[in-house]
Amino acid sequence: MSMVHQVYPVAADDFTRAGEASADIKRRLKQLGVSSAVLRRVAVASYEVELNLVIHSDGGELTLNVDQDGVHLISKDVGPGIPDIDQAMREGYSTANEEARSMGFGAGMGLPNMKRNADQFAIESQVGKGTTIEMTFKLA
Amino acid sequence: MSEVKRFHSVRLDKDLCKGCTNCLMHCPTEAIRVHDGRAHIIDERCIDCGECIRVCGYHAKIVETDSLSDIKKFKYSIALPAPSLYAQFRNLKDIGYVLSGLKKIGFDDVFEVARAADIVSRAIHEKLRDPNLPKPLISSACPTVVRLIQVRFPDLIPNICDIRQPMEVAADIARKEFCQKTGCAPEDVGVFFITPCPAKMTAIRSPIGQQKSCVDGAISMMEIYRALRPYVAKMQNEEDLHGESSHYGVGWASSNGESKVVCPDDSLSVDGIHNCIRVLEEIENDKFSDLVFFEGNACVGGCVGGPLVYENNYVAKNNIRKLVSAIKAKENINPVESVPVSVMNKYPLYMDAPIEPNPVMKLDDDIQVAMQKMERMNQLIDELPGYDCGSCGSPTCRAFAEDIVRGYFTETACIHKLRKQLKVMAQQMVDLAKTSSYEEKKE
Repeated sequence: MSMVHQVYPVAADDFTRAGEASADIKRRLKQLGVSSAVLRRVAVASYEVELNLVIHSDGGELTLNVDQDGVHLISKDVGPGIPDIDQAMREGYSTANEEARSMGFGAGMGLPNMKRNADQFAIESQVGKGTTIEMTFKLA
Repeated sequence: MSEVKRFHSVRLDKDLCKGCTNCLMHCPTEAIRVHDGRAHIIDERCIDCGECIRVCGYHAKIVETDSLSDIKKFKYSIALPAPSLYAQFRNLKDIGYVLSGLKKIGFDDVFEVARAADIVSRAIHEKLRDPNLPKPLISSACPTVVRLIQVRFPDLIPNICDIRQPMEVAADIARKEFCQKTGCAPEDVGVFFITPCPAKMTAIRSPIGQQKSCVDGAISMMEIYRALRPYVAKMQNEEDLHGESSHYGVGWASSNGESKVVCPDDSLSVDGIHNCIRVLEEIENDKFSDLVFFEGNACVGGCVGGPLVYENNYVAKNNIRKLVSAIKAKENINPVESVPVSVMNKYPLYMDAPIEPNPVMKLDDDIQVAMQKMERMNQLIDELPGYDCGSCGSPTCRAFAEDIVRGYFTETACIHKLRKQLKVMAQQMVDLAKTSSYEEKKE
């Protein structure tokens, strides 16, 4: 069975390259012929998750897997971890710093937007260790 | 493909093409390849933006339009001047000089596209009141931007405004009014758009969102300018015709002209095809959550920057600015308030066919096969130098890898790879020469 597997390293605070991984993901899904409706949801979620890595993490990587079942996005970072996930999932809650806010981020919609757009959403975090987010988008 | 060949107004003059890489590198949809010493346009990908016309130093990219002599094919002819036509004349005191001149050069009647822009402005403004509209609503005025969305952003098709472009509305009204006035049959009337760009010509022959175009043909603004200039220079309104559109309608000639009237507060207007791509990528990511209206113009400066205009786009933009303030000083009318509802109900303003996606970037119809092809592409990209030099005939190394998996090219077309192979072969020959052969041993 064929599948697509692509790993994108994402550096913390690197706003000049922010968005490149999600742009490449979008381009690939269009080449694969993924339907417009699914593509749009992946576009939004992958952009949010990539920006989260840039703004909040100490660096990490974003992985794209596509197989028969669907599109899978996995974001893994090396810290700092989220102390209270329930609070972080709440709309409007954000810990973005001044710099990120001045650039128009930090509306506190990142995680809720991901959850809303993905068919399956899982988040796991350990303070001091890092955060992993897994999202699945069904193809049909 | 079983589909009928699409009409394109952008063509290649085979004799003039040198096979260089200028057009190849600038095409926003990667629709050009160079092989056998000349450029080839991939029909399904071309969006008739005219970038290749601008960058070709050999003038090998041409536009197929109608000519002024074609108006004689009809018993009567009506000119539809795009407002960008007014921008070709410096210090134009009276739009009437242009309208009058158009009659002098052979048209029986003239109808300003800016007048239709006024009606369309009100229709879009009304539409924007609907709270259930997808946001942002994307302007459908620039046919190249609509085609770009079909090819590269099919998921944004639901956001495209389904109101017909002013050119179409103008043609419909012009013909009906003329027939009513003269009592002649509609088929005896040829309605010709004076076009600043190839995309409008294509929009007439292969309409998007419409079963059939109301326009019979398009004549290049450059050709009309040449014929019209002596009459406009006389500064006499011999036919006693007057501009009837608002300053807003005339303002549609430049970028932001449409936004300024339909949604002045929460709109974004972007000009230049590559800039449009950048912003559409961000719209796709939902980056502008509060954006209500998006106006994209493929040409820098808007329609005044079209590939078929005479005047420099910055000068033209300035000419429009001056004309707009002159009209505004005389009569400050806002079409979103003044266009009567009766007028809006009288003519069909909405598209009558769906806008279909044109996903030409897809590697294969079967996703399994597409995934295999993508895997192969990844391997190929790793082996290619990444110079994006265009010598192979594809615009980038990535596009080249894509062309190989699509079966358009073979790997040997990469001159850098070939050189590497030759180096290895040369070394192998030297090594071979050093070893004694079977014959030598025998001696």
